[in-house]
Amino acid sequence: MKSFTVLKGIAAPMDRANVDTDLIIPKQFLKSIQRSGFGPNLFDGLRYLDEGQPGQDCSNRPLNPDFPLNQPRYKGASVLLARENFGCGSSREHAPWALEDFGINCIIAPSYADIFYNNCFKNGVLPIELDAAIVDRLFVELYASEETSEAFELTVDLASQTIQTPSGETIHFEVDEFRKHCLLNGLDDIGLTLESADAIRAYEQKRREQAPWLFDVIG
Amino acid sequence: MAGQTLYDKLWQSHLVKERDDGSALIYIDRQLIHEVTSPQAFEGLRIANRQPWRVDANFAVPDHNVPTETHERSGGVAGITDEVSRLQVQTLDENCRDFDILEFHINDVRQGIVHVVGPEQGVTLPGMTIVCGDSHTSTHGALGAMAQGIGTSDVEHVMATQCLSQQKMKNMLVRIDGQLRAGVTAKDVVLAVIGKIGTAGGTHHAIEFGGEVVRSLSMEGRMTVCNMAIEAGARVGLIAVDDTTIEYVKGRPYAPQGAMWDQAVTAWRELHSDDDAHFDRVVELRGEDILPQVTWGTSPEMVLPVSGVIPDPATIDDAGKRAATERALDYMGLQAGMSITDIKLDAVFIGSCTNSRIEDLRAAAEVVKGKKVAANVKRALVVPGSGQVKQQAEAEGLDKIFIEAGLEWREPGCSMCLAMNSDKLGDGEHCASTSNRNFEGRQGFGGRTHLVSPAMAAAASVAGHFVDVRDW
Repeated sequence: MKSFTVLKGIAAPMDRANVDTDLIIPKQFLKSIQRSGFGPNLFDGLRYLDEGQPGQDCSNRPLNPDFPLNQPRYKGASVLLARENFGCGSSREHAPWALEDFGINCIIAPSYADIFYNNCFKNGVLPIELDAAIVDRLFVELYASEETSEAFELTVDLASQTIQTPSGETIHFEVDEFRKHCLLNGLDDIGLTLESADAIRAYEQKRREQAPWLFDVIG
Repeated sequence: MAGQTLYDKLWQSHLVKERDDGSALIYIDRQLIHEVTSPQAFEGLRIANRQPWRVDANFAVPDHNVPTETHERSGGVAGITDEVSRLQVQTLDENCRDFDILEFHINDVRQGIVHVVGPEQGVTLPGMTIVCGDSHTSTHGALGAMAQGIGTSDVEHVMATQCLSQQKMKNMLVRIDGQLRAGVTAKDVVLAVIGKIGTAGGTHHAIEFGGEVVRSLSMEGRMTVCNMAIEAGARVGLIAVDDTTIEYVKGRPYAPQGAMWDQAVTAWRELHSDDDAHFDRVVELRGEDILPQVTWGTSPEMVLPVSGVIPDPATIDDAGKRAATERALDYMGLQAGMSITDIKLDAVFIGSCTNSRIEDLRAAAEVVKGKKVAANVKRALVVPGSGQVKQQAEAEGLDKIFIEAGLEWREPGCSMCLAMNSDKLGDGEHCASTSNRNFEGRQGFGGRTHLVSPAMAAAASVAGHFVDVRDW
């Protein structure tokens, strides 16, 4: 699993609530049997003016100039500033795969859908949850920076659970201990669970006595 | 000590290990697999040289990509025209063969949408923990099972360890007492719930649906309700086990038999929340207050009774909600103040893991019987949820009713719910759909989805616009 320690990067705005995973990566790209290569189709329906197809060369497609990630000042953005319930809908892990492949390794939003939130941690993408008022303020600061030549650059430190803003402010964020530990160290969580193999076997043995029908072979 | 909720009981009985920070390893009884979210998980197992922990806990069926048009379907996997789709279905077949996992293949009569097939075959049972790389896995909660959608990394994790690592969710009870009016269905109930609590209302919660209305629903209706728990943000939807559940499960091909059946039923009778159980949140609705529902926007929470009018963004104080409403109206090509019944339709889709079971098809057939699809409806598809649903419907003559009315009768699959196969909307087309998501582009690039019940979709196909099915 990919690790996340410190990220210093430009934040781009995704200023709408309830961004669903269909919007993050539309279904036609889910036909791939690979785990990589989804970056060019991140937010496909918003980024391009035409309908994208899997396997297509995106370099000559017409871009939507209004979409922030297409604008020069957000080139190379690695943080996405977003709104409530980000990542709702489909469980497709292709959504964090597309974000990560594009270069977005951190999202800041007031809330996330559960499945998406969980999927991010498996792919070296840190979803940070902050109070809606703080996110509002960051949007104000980000939009204010658009009037200047300065990029809106944030420094995200997972170990200290802090975000440094261009104004010099330090914002603290919460994250589960176990998830933080796995992400900081890029741990293989299957390997970690298999360290509990004895506990799993003991559970199975006990459970088989209580509920034998659950162990009836369906093959 | 307060009693336990149904979710508490299911969590407790599957707890393998708890960590200090409150996260836990939960044992998974059944993993359902389809072609879209599994190839990378199988690849991960191969790369790490790992084997499935318990092969017999897994079950697979292709559903998202399979063609539903009879001619294309008759060629089996090799006959799938779209190369990329074909490769994905072939890959599932190869992975299941290599790892010795039970799969119902494309033209097996037992094939269908994974969330229709699981309960139908008794592969998913009350009291189980069930996962699948698909958010609509919440459907199986209708059986009193803890069922949830997971990402592909967790698909691999469950294959390799038979466990899921997660935090316990909070408990929410959605209680719907009273009685439903004639013509109001399970779909209207769950859309009304989403309209009330919002698309993130159930985030971090397992939602148990209870009350007289839920108790009186058939298993098909209960599956429709739990299916859309995720549209209210809840990964897990649940309904307590009762006689309806047990009658439904009895005699299913993979359900326990004989003495084991009796033992299982005794255990399943405990699968309900205790009278003194604590819920973190309780939401109440009255059955009588629920009217047939129609979504007008691009999120399932943008829903109104069929008698409603499209909201005016100018009257919304919250800036975020106002912007979302403006964007939705723009995408949907609708104007504030317009009546829902004035929305003209180009397409009708009756199918999906929400509404493709026999009861759904019966309800739709009853409405269109002896009538004709309106001229402005260019395409009306009826896609049964499984080969068995299709057989049953044909035995009852429902296929003939649909065909005579001008609807297309298709082969089972996910079809136009998410348009991964060739069943999709054209740019700007309005569709009355019995599926679960009205997101931008969900049913095709630029497509405009309106979520409704099967009876409402059927009535709309004949009228060419939305009508109140209670006046039918």
